[in-house]
Amino acid sequence: MMKERLQEIREKALVQINSTDSLDKLNEIRVAFLGKKGELTEVLKGMKDVDPKDRPVVGQIVNETRQAIEEVLENAKKELSAKLREVQLKSEVIDVTLPAKKNNVGHSHPNTVALEEVKKIFIGMGYEVVEGPEVEYDYYNFEALNIPANHPAKDEQDTFYINDKVVLRTQTSPVQVREMEKGKLPIRMIAPGRVFRADEVDATHSPCFHQIEGMVIDEGITFADLKGTLAEFARELFGPETKVKFRSHHFPFTEPSAEMDVTCFKCGGKGCRMCKGEGWIEILGCGMIHPHVFEMSGIDQNKYTGFAFGIGLERIALLKYEIDDMRLLYENDVRFLKQF
Amino acid sequence: MNTSLNWIKAMVPGLDVTDQEFRDAMTLSGTKVEGYTKFDKNLDKIVVGQIESVEKHPDADKLVVCQVNVGNETVQIVTGAPNIPVGSSGQKVPVVLDGGRVAGGHDGGALPEDGIKIKKGKLRGVESFGMMCSIEELGSSREFYPDAAEDGIYILGDDAVVGSSAVEYLGLNDTVFEYEITNNRVDCYSVIGIAREAAATFRKPFQPPVVTETGNSENVNDYVKVEVEAEDLCTRYTARLVKNIKLAPSPKWMQRRLASAGIRPINNIVDITNYVMEEYGQPMHAYDYDTIAGGRIVVRRAADGEKFVTLDGQERELDSSMLMICDGEKAVGLAGIMGGENSKITDDVKTMLFEAATFDGTSIRKSTKKLGLRTDASGKFEKGLDPENAMAAMNRACQLIEELGAGEVVGGAVDVYPNKKERVRVAFEPERINSLLGTDISTEEMLGYFKMLELEYDEAANELIIPTFRQDLLRTADIAEEVARFFGYDNIPTTLPSGASTMGKISFKQSIEDVAGEIAQFCGFSQAMTYSFESPKVFDKLKLAKYSEFRKTVVISNPLGEDFSIMRTLPLNGMLNSLSTNYNRRNKAVKLYELAKVYLPAEGSELPDERVQFTLGFYGDGDFFTMKGVVEEFLEKIGMTEKPQYDPESGKEYLHPGRQANIIYGDTVIGYIGEVHPDVTDTYGIGERTYIAVIDLLAVTQMASFDRKYKGIAKFPAVTRDISMVMPKSVLVGTVEKVIEKRGGKLLESYNLFDIYEGAQIKEGYKSVAYTISFRANDRTLEDKDIQPVMEKILKDLSDMGIELRS
Repeated sequence: MMKERLQEIREKALVQINSTDSLDKLNEIRVAFLGKKGELTEVLKGMKDVDPKDRPVVGQIVNETRQAIEEVLENAKKELSAKLREVQLKSEVIDVTLPAKKNNVGHSHPNTVALEEVKKIFIGMGYEVVEGPEVEYDYYNFEALNIPANHPAKDEQDTFYINDKVVLRTQTSPVQVREMEKGKLPIRMIAPGRVFRADEVDATHSPCFHQIEGMVIDEGITFADLKGTLAEFARELFGPETKVKFRSHHFPFTEPSAEMDVTCFKCGGKGCRMCKGEGWIEILGCGMIHPHVFEMSGIDQNKYTGFAFGIGLERIALLKYEIDDMRLLYENDVRFLKQF
Repeated sequence: MNTSLNWIKAMVPGLDVTDQEFRDAMTLSGTKVEGYTKFDKNLDKIVVGQIESVEKHPDADKLVVCQVNVGNETVQIVTGAPNIPVGSSGQKVPVVLDGGRVAGGHDGGALPEDGIKIKKGKLRGVESFGMMCSIEELGSSREFYPDAAEDGIYILGDDAVVGSSAVEYLGLNDTVFEYEITNNRVDCYSVIGIAREAAATFRKPFQPPVVTETGNSENVNDYVKVEVEAEDLCTRYTARLVKNIKLAPSPKWMQRRLASAGIRPINNIVDITNYVMEEYGQPMHAYDYDTIAGGRIVVRRAADGEKFVTLDGQERELDSSMLMICDGEKAVGLAGIMGGENSKITDDVKTMLFEAATFDGTSIRKSTKKLGLRTDASGKFEKGLDPENAMAAMNRACQLIEELGAGEVVGGAVDVYPNKKERVRVAFEPERINSLLGTDISTEEMLGYFKMLELEYDEAANELIIPTFRQDLLRTADIAEEVARFFGYDNIPTTLPSGASTMGKISFKQSIEDVAGEIAQFCGFSQAMTYSFESPKVFDKLKLAKYSEFRKTVVISNPLGEDFSIMRTLPLNGMLNSLSTNYNRRNKAVKLYELAKVYLPAEGSELPDERVQFTLGFYGDGDFFTMKGVVEEFLEKIGMTEKPQYDPESGKEYLHPGRQANIIYGDTVIGYIGEVHPDVTDTYGIGERTYIAVIDLLAVTQMASFDRKYKGIAKFPAVTRDISMVMPKSVLVGTVEKVIEKRGGKLLESYNLFDIYEGAQIKEGYKSVAYTISFRANDRTLEDKDIQPVMEKILKDLSDMGIELRS
C-alpha cells in the first residue's frame, strides 16, 4: 500500500519535473514533494502505522524515492540553467564596433617625450640627472667655460643680460662647472634644461629652448670613449642601424672638439628632404673638456680627463617627430599635444 | 668665407678631387663646407667661335645670319644681338653648339635650376645651329665681367683659341665653396689658410705665392713718418708708398679670381687690395698720399665726441675707445673699419700710401657695434689678425703693383711693431696625446702631420714651435686636436668609458615633478610649455595690485622687445594664453598643465629664487572641485596624505573673489586654487569659466615622501551615524569637518558629506548639510555605547557654534 503510494509520488514528481521550464517552478516542485509539508514527508508521517518489521524496507524505499526525485530535480535544474544562460547570452550580443569610452588622459609635451628617451639612455649608462639655475652668473655661463670677456663666441650667442654679472644662460654647460666645483669625482651627469638666446621667433628659432648637457670625468677618459658613448646613444635613440660621423669643430670649452652627425633616420642615409639630400643630420656638439676649464674648476688635469656634449632638445623633437615648425612647441594647441 | 677651387688648386697643384670629395674631406678635417656652387653646372658644349661673316636675314630686320668658325667646322647661327653688325667679321665669341646648354636667358633674370637647352632650329625660316652667348646667358653678369658687352654677345679677347672651351677661357670651369670658419681659426679667413688645410687634408704639397723683393732705390721712410700712440690697440703698422700710379683695369686672371670670390673688379689698385685681402686674409687700405698732411701718420684714440666722415660720406660720432688713423693735422681713417672721405683714392691719384696694420680685435668689434658699421675689413680685424702676416701681405701687394705695372713702388717699408709676436712653444707629448685620444699613433706619424701644418719640431727641446698664424695652438690638448684631425676622427676607435661604475639616477625633486606630470595626465591634462619671459603689462591684465610683490621682477636689460622683457613671477599668463589659443581655435574642454619655473628676485642674492611651479588650468567639463580633486590626487600620490586645508582668504586679484583658496598643508601655503576672475578671462578672450591651480613644487618637495607603511585591513565592521544640520551659508563645511576630526577621537575612521542643499524648505541665508560619520575599532565590533559619547561631543560642539541639528 505504502509502496504503491511511493511509486505514485515518484512518477507524479517526474512528470511534473520533466514538464517544467522554469527554475522557480522546479523549486515549487521540490517543496511540494520534499519540503516539510511535501507529499513524501506526509508519507513518512504514516510510518508509524507501518508494521515495525517492515519499517526498514519501507524506509529504504522512501529514501530511494527521495534520492531519485532529488537526482532528477538536480539534473533538470542543471539542464534548465544551461538553457537559460544560453538564451541570456544570445540576447546580450553587443556591437563591438561601437565607440570606446575613453578616460581622456592627458599627453606629454613632445619635448618631454624626447627628453625622457634621452634620460633613460643615459641613466642606463650610469649618468645622474642634475640641474642648475637658468638665471646664471656670467662667470659660469662664459668665463669658467673658457669664454673670457670680449671673446667673439660671447657675441655669437646673442646673450640676454640682466646686468654685467648675470645673464640668462645661453647653454646648459654652466651646470658642468657647478658640478665640477663640487669636487666629487668621478662624474657622469646629464643636465637638461631651459636656455635663452636673443633669436626672433620663427619656424626654426625660439628665444627660449632646451638643451641637454652631458659630462663624464674620470681617470683615463679618452676621445675614443666619447665616440663610443655617443654612438651608443645615437643607436638607442634613433635605431640600431644608425651610423655616426664625427667632424672636427671648435668650442671654447672642449679640445679636441667635434660635431656629431647621424645617418638620417628617415631615409637611412640615402638622402631625402629631411636631411636636405645629405643623408646625414647634425645632432650634437662634443669634445674633451678643455684643460683650462679643469684648471678653473680646480680639477687636477694630470690625473683626470673627461668629455662633454650638448644636445638641442627641440632639434631632436622636431626631427624625430617630423614637426615642421618650432612655434608649434610653444603654442600648446591640444590637437598638437594629443599626438604625443 | 668663400673661395674657388681653382684658386686653391693654384696653391695645391696636386689637388685632383671632385667637388663632393673636396667638400666631404675638408668638412671632416674641420674646415666645414656649408655648400658649393659650380659655375659651369649648366654650361655644356660652349666653345670659342670666330665670326667669319655677318649677313642680313632675308625676312627679319632685327636678325642677322652669321657664319661662325667653331674649330672643326663653320656653322650658321642666326642672332638678334645688336653688337654684331652686318658686314663685320673676326670677332671671337662664346658659342653654344646644337645640343648644348646655357645657364640663363639674355635678360639676366633668375637662373633656371637646370639651365636652358639649345637645339638647332629655324629663325624666321633660316636655319641656326647654335647660339652666340652673352655673359648673362653664361650665368654671370657685367658686374664681374666688366669687359662683356652691355647688351649683346660677349666679345672675347684675341687670345681666345678658336674651338677651345669658352667656359675655361672665362674661368667658369670652377666651383666656389662656402666655409663655416670657427673663430679660433683666423688664419682660415684667407685663401692661403684654406689651401694649407686642403694640402694637409689631401696630403699634397702646398705652394703659397713666392713674394719677391720690390721697390726702387728710394726709401719710404723719407716720405712717411708713422707714430703709434695707442700701442695697445694697434699691434703693428706697416706702410709703403707707390708713385706714378697708372690706374687701369686689372688683368683678366685677377678679375676672374675676384669674380669667383664674388668681388667686383674696379681698377688695378682696388683689385690688388681686394686680391691680397682674399689671398692673405689681411685687409689693406690705400690713402692718397697727397692728402696726408706732413707725410705723417699718427695712430691714436679718438676724442670723445669727435666727428669723422667715412668714405661712404656718412658723418660718424666717435669716442675714446675707438682708434683713428690721422695725419699731421686731421683724422684720415677709422682704424680697421673704414677710411675717410678726405683721403680716399680718386681717379687723379698720383702717389698712394699703402697701409697694412693689425689692431686689437675686441676694440674693432666693439667699435663696429657702437657705430653700426661693419665692413669686410672690420669683419677680419675683429678676429684678431696675426701681425706677422701684415708685412707679408704688404709685400705681396707691392709685388702685384710691379707685376701689373700699376705704379712705381718706393723702396723699404715703414714698420712700427713694438712688441714682436714670438712663436709659441708647446711641449711635444705623444703619449699624452695618445692617451687623450685613445689611440696608438706613432711619433713619426704625428711629426708628419705637424710638418704639413708648418709646425716646427725642436728635437733637442722636444718642443713644437707654433707658427704665429696658428693663434689657437697653445697646449697639448690643442696639438692633440691637430693629430686627431689628420689621423681622422673616423679612425679613432670607439670604446666605452671603463673605471668605477656610477649610479644612474634622478633626484627626489625630479621624481616629484615626474609624479606631478603623471597625475595631471591621468586626470586629463596635457603638458604645455610657455616662455619664461613676458611683458610687464601682464600684471595689469591679471589685475595685480599696484604694490603687489609679484610686480618686482628680474628685468632683461636687452630684451627682444617689451613682450619678452621680464622674467615671470607668476605662471598664469603662459597658461591663460595657451588656454586662450585653444579657445579661439574652438578646442572644447581643454586641460593643460605646465611644470616650469618662476623667478622671484631674492633679497641679498644676485640670482633670483627659481621655483618650479606645477600649474594646472582648464575650461569646460568641470568646476572648482574637479580641480581640487586633481590637487588632492597629486598630494596623496606624493605621500602628503593629511587633508589639506583651504583658506578662502587668499587674496588673489586674478581669481574670482568668492571662488579661490590658498592650499595649506600643515602650516605651509603650498599653492592656490580658484576660478579665474571673469574680468581676466574676458581680457584673455576665454569665453568659459576657467579654473587654475598652482602648486609650488619646491614647497611640496620638502614635505613629500615615497615611504609607505602598510596598515592592516579592518577585520571588524564599521558603525556609521548620519548627522544632518542647518547652518548659515557663510559657515564653511570645513568648520564642521574640523569638529568631527577633533571630537571623533581614535574611533573615527572617516566622514563623508552626502548632501548639501539650499532653497525651498530651508530658510533664506541658510543651507542644509548632511554627513555620514564612520567609526571603527581594530580590536572589536563597536557597540552603541562606544559611539554615543563621541557623537554627543560632536553634536554639542556643533550646536555651540549655532548650527541647528535636525533629527
